[in-house]
Amino acid sequence: MTDDLLYDEHGRLRHLLTIEGLKRQTILDILDTAQSFIAVGEREIKKVPLLRGKTVVNLFFEASTRTRTTFEIAAKRLSADVINLNPSVSSTKKGETLLDTIGNLEAMHTDLFVVRHANSGTAYMIAKHLPDHVRLVNAGDGRHAHPTQALLDSFTIRQYKHDFTDLKVAIVGDILHSRVARSLIHALNILGVPDIRVIGPKTLLPVDVERLGVSKHYDMYAGLDDVDVVVMLRLQRERMQGALIPSEQEYFNLYGLTEEKLAMAKSDAIVMHPGPMNRGLEIDSKVADSDRSVILPQVTNGIAVRMAVMALIMGGQGQGNRPNVRSTGGES
Amino acid sequence: MNTTFDIDSMLDTMAGALRPRLDHNPLMIGIHTGGVWVAEQLHRRLGLTEPLGTLDISFYRDDFSRIGMNPQVRTSDLSTSVEGRHIILVDDVLHTGRTIRAAMNEIFDYGRPDAIILACLIERNGHELPIRADVAGQSLTLRPNQHIKLVRNEKDGTLALTLQEANE
Repeated sequence: MTDDLLYDEHGRLRHLLTIEGLKRQTILDILDTAQSFIAVGEREIKKVPLLRGKTVVNLFFEASTRTRTTFEIAAKRLSADVINLNPSVSSTKKGETLLDTIGNLEAMHTDLFVVRHANSGTAYMIAKHLPDHVRLVNAGDGRHAHPTQALLDSFTIRQYKHDFTDLKVAIVGDILHSRVARSLIHALNILGVPDIRVIGPKTLLPVDVERLGVSKHYDMYAGLDDVDVVVMLRLQRERMQGALIPSEQEYFNLYGLTEEKLAMAKSDAIVMHPGPMNRGLEIDSKVADSDRSVILPQVTNGIAVRMAVMALIMGGQGQGNRPNVRSTGGES
Repeated sequence: MNTTFDIDSMLDTMAGALRPRLDHNPLMIGIHTGGVWVAEQLHRRLGLTEPLGTLDISFYRDDFSRIGMNPQVRTSDLSTSVEGRHIILVDDVLHTGRTIRAAMNEIFDYGRPDAIILACLIERNGHELPIRADVAGQSLTLRPNQHIKLVRNEKDGTLALTLQEANE
């Protein structure tokens, strides 16, 4: 990945594509700015005028409710105009290529794209083709990255645990297919978390996962020992057909977060989940609804963090003349 | 130009001018960062009991699309409602008036105050908007390349004004 897609010539964040390659200070700036947006969300009028007159297109090639909605609310609270598109059921079905779709939206003077796609690397590929003044936020690409989720998780961890440099964090479940896990591991490493553990069955942990700077555990009891933070991942039920796990019941017995297993963690450990949860599969309802769970605060924080990301990458974006938009695509 | 400022007497002047205007449900709000320092001093001199409100106007600046956001934005803290209040808005230096415009826009996103008056330690020339101080510690005429800045000694909390001259 080339740095000039991540940062502009003034060292300002240009596109948010991944967590890898971000400076520690950039992540801290995002978290600090998000803290101020939390206060905006508690006011009578939950809007600030930063992105007035800007157009944000939520381009979700892959289904999502929470992420798309929180991006939409975030952009609206920044006073942007927001368009939601689900191209898998519109133009791409008619044979339009991805870059043609983007080109058409650019021609409508889009200022910021928020993109989710099932293929890894899509956000990067689109960003490479965008003109200078247009920005992109990756809202999840394949197994590769989900940077805003990692940032909101980091924000939530800091909210409850204050300091990253003394923490033990366990991430449990399907690490292999999880862009959430990958991005979060990078973020926690950059923020200086000294003890990051991944827990799951052999079939769902990448073979060389230690290279990411984590330790690997197959036994959940041992893995949760003395941790401050437990991050549960969603088990995608389609993994069952690939024979990666034997049965739902056995998975729950071994890796479902129950009060009994959580007792291994510190008594003030928090439980996180990016959603949507499978109750009774990766997490027991009792734990999900307990006072240890910060799953709903994660959602609220997600709005503030996405506001911060959009505000930081759109700031200074209006300087200079707008170059002509690329001419591509045709009538649809 | 070698100017020394007697900030204490400027603050006394401001407090004296504000005291007769405290009858109607006053709420003092300082603008980060220098305005909060001045407001803290006035708040103490006037014996106000209600906590001071603070505003960070970063989300309301009119130059956001030109220069971007200051990542060191602080949280605005208006714990009490501004609805129906007589607000004393405090800043350190009134120059172009753009900060005050942004601050007023932000205040109205919290509610509808009955009135706002503006108190500034220094009111200098160079206004770009029809905004004037109702109460000022001192008025100054400076050249466009001169900038006056309030600084605080982190050890003892004392305030000082420094005059800087940019090379032309």
